[in-house]
Amino acid sequence: MNTVIFRTIAPILVAIMVVFSVFILLRGHNEPGGGFIGGLIAASAIAIYGIAAGVEEVRKALKFDPIAIAGFGVFIAGLAGLLSYFYQVPFLTGLWAYLDIGPSKVALSTPLLFDIGVYFAVLGTIAAIALALEEDEEGK
Amino acid sequence: MEIALAVLIGMFFTVSIYLLLSRAIIRMLLGIAILGNGVNLLIFTAGRLTKEIPPIIPMGQDGLIEPFANPLPQALILTAIVIGFALFTFLLVLGYRAYQELDADDTDTMRLAEPERAPRPPLSY
Amino acid sequence: MAADKTNIVESSELPVAMIDVATSFADWLIILPTVIALMGAALLIMLRFNKAIQAGLAILIVVGIIILEVRLFLNVMEFGTQSMTMGKWLPPFGISFTVDVISIGFALAGAIVTLAVLIYAQADISSREVKYGFHSLVLLLLAGVTGAFMTGDLFNLYVWFEVMLIASFGLIIMGGRKIQLDGAIKYGFLNFLATTFFLISLGLIYGLFGTLNMADISQVSAQAPIGPLTAIGALLLLAFGMKGAAFPVNAWLPASYHTPHPAVSALFGGLLTKVGAYALLRSLLLIMPSARDFLDPVITFLAIATLILAPLGALAQTNLRRAIGFLLIGGVGSVLVGLGVPTIRGVAGASIYIFHSMLTISALYLMAGLIERIMGTQDTRKMGGLYSASSWLSILFLVLVFAVAGLPPFLGFWPKLLLIEASLSQGDVWLVVALVLNSLLTTIAGTRLWAHIFWRSGPVGENSEQENKKLKPLTLREKYLCVTPTTILVLFIVFFGLKPAMIFDAGRMAAYGLLDNSEYIEVTGLADPTKEKVE
Repeated sequence: MNTVIFRTIAPILVAIMVVFSVFILLRGHNEPGGGFIGGLIAASAIAIYGIAAGVEEVRKALKFDPIAIAGFGVFIAGLAGLLSYFYQVPFLTGLWAYLDIGPSKVALSTPLLFDIGVYFAVLGTIAAIALALEEDEEGK
Repeated sequence: MEIALAVLIGMFFTVSIYLLLSRAIIRMLLGIAILGNGVNLLIFTAGRLTKEIPPIIPMGQDGLIEPFANPLPQALILTAIVIGFALFTFLLVLGYRAYQELDADDTDTMRLAEPERAPRPPLSY
Repeated sequence: MAADKTNIVESSELPVAMIDVATSFADWLIILPTVIALMGAALLIMLRFNKAIQAGLAILIVVGIIILEVRLFLNVMEFGTQSMTMGKWLPPFGISFTVDVISIGFALAGAIVTLAVLIYAQADISSREVKYGFHSLVLLLLAGVTGAFMTGDLFNLYVWFEVMLIASFGLIIMGGRKIQLDGAIKYGFLNFLATTFFLISLGLIYGLFGTLNMADISQVSAQAPIGPLTAIGALLLLAFGMKGAAFPVNAWLPASYHTPHPAVSALFGGLLTKVGAYALLRSLLLIMPSARDFLDPVITFLAIATLILAPLGALAQTNLRRAIGFLLIGGVGSVLVGLGVPTIRGVAGASIYIFHSMLTISALYLMAGLIERIMGTQDTRKMGGLYSASSWLSILFLVLVFAVAGLPPFLGFWPKLLLIEASLSQGDVWLVVALVLNSLLTTIAGTRLWAHIFWRSGPVGENSEQENKKLKPLTLREKYLCVTPTTILVLFIVFFGLKPAMIFDAGRMAAYGLLDNSEYIEVTGLADPTKEKVE
């Protein structure tokens, strides 16, 4: 796997995949996509980078521990549910706010926040598993 | 169609139970995986089979137009697949670790927690 | 058939599916314990390399949960069952959390046990294991248990079971000794299989009723054809029986519960099997009582077998924690008795028994941890002479043995009394015989453990007149962190044993809540089917 071509292409591929995963995450509410599938794409990007550059490098690039990222995701998702407390509606009720930015209207909502949480949770968990497995391979 | 799927589910269950009765951990793992798929198929069938359009509200409409596929079983199955996958991965890694550390794939030889020649019960009071 | 409801389509009337009433703080109490535990677990895993704050933060979160749950308990005792449906959707569509006395009572006991275990673990867990995420996993387990007790939706119950399972996998292999791998394999496979059986029954329930909301099913289950319903009931009995370690699917418990840390054993013994027993009561009494009536002879047989065989297993054991595991299984038999005699007394007895067993079994496992720490072994044949070293521990252990055997004046006596009364009133003499025999055998097994560990001077074969010199005395830190939580749990058992009025009240209300589904359905918001559902 450790060819020059792969090592050269990998950073570009990873960058494209991460951007694409964010795109998939954001289009998720009304169209196919969402946090889960976005998180999976981002995690596969990390796994690819791990194969190309080595696990040590990835851990350095990630800054945070993958499991901590997963925890952050769950925390954000929980927070998205708790926000509805301030509007006297049940837990996890969707709340919407619209931002006017120039010509377009941006819809912000708690489902989006929840989906971002899912994104991080999936990204963190799968990345942790992938990196652990790759580390195991390298150790041999 | 339901009958065909019911037969298929039955076959899934048969194969998985046969594999689960084995003493080899890797076979039991395969059995668990097949059983999970059989159960997902069961939920799918129990939600009634319809070959109609996907349950997506068309542009300019307030609600769904009948007939449409039932989305709930699909949501349930998706959840079950994700959870089942996570647990299966864990068991797979656990089985692999056990194979490395205990040098055993046969549950009959895994007797650390329950020693084979159990000590006699204490007779004194 | 009821399954036609799957085709519900309220096109052009979407607002009908939403709740319009404002949600107050009292309603939020229903969901907060679970959410706080889950978010606390997430927060602690984010901070897992910050070892200094882990324990304090975890204990703080659990204390907060206990305060909220006490408040919710008082609310439920005063105003009756409470419910909240997520996301503002009307009940059969949204996921309901419905809290009655039995839910909140068990959740509260679970949180108290978790707190005791967390304090105990401070002297038991190495800093490597703190970094591994011990505190986070404990909170995740608590979130799963609390969610399972409080949810009003069967599929949601499945999800909480899996949350619990994942957390318990993490805890049981913590430390990574070989024996733990062995135990974890057996624990993992059989519990995963049990939840898969549960999932099968969920698929069948959905096919039969077209809904997974407990109140909704409870409303229509009486009219369902008895054949499929009984099949579902039998599957649920198997799945939850496996979770609760009832005979004959109990083999995983004595094979695994003695392998992890004593603190983890205590947590599992106090929480996990109890959720299985609770789910049995909830599903077969509240949701589908007609299936229970059909399965009655099976339940009675299982109850008798579990009651008698489990303490016999305990008698034969020379491993302390495995013996306790068998005593734990015997308790599941008592719960099955309550399931077999579904009168107010019987169900109240079973509910109180679960509450009692949560406190007692955890305390016993914590005690076992202390004994192992002093003795340096799990093998009772190598123990002896602890009485002279620590008479306080010997008193605690004896109280726990009496409580688990159901001897007065401790907490374990009252549920046994209720169960015997209920069985007598139903004419089930064999159940009475089994219950009394269970108490007798448990007393023999327990007091013999006590005699071997504490009373005799040294291990088997040694000169019994000499003092046991191999004992390793507890350090001061261990005395504070390990003995205190055990003592507090024992004090609970003594207190509720001497003042059982409150427990009786709660137990009776729990039984009413399970046997009469009208309040549960009404509170969930499904009282009038013609008005709420298909219009």
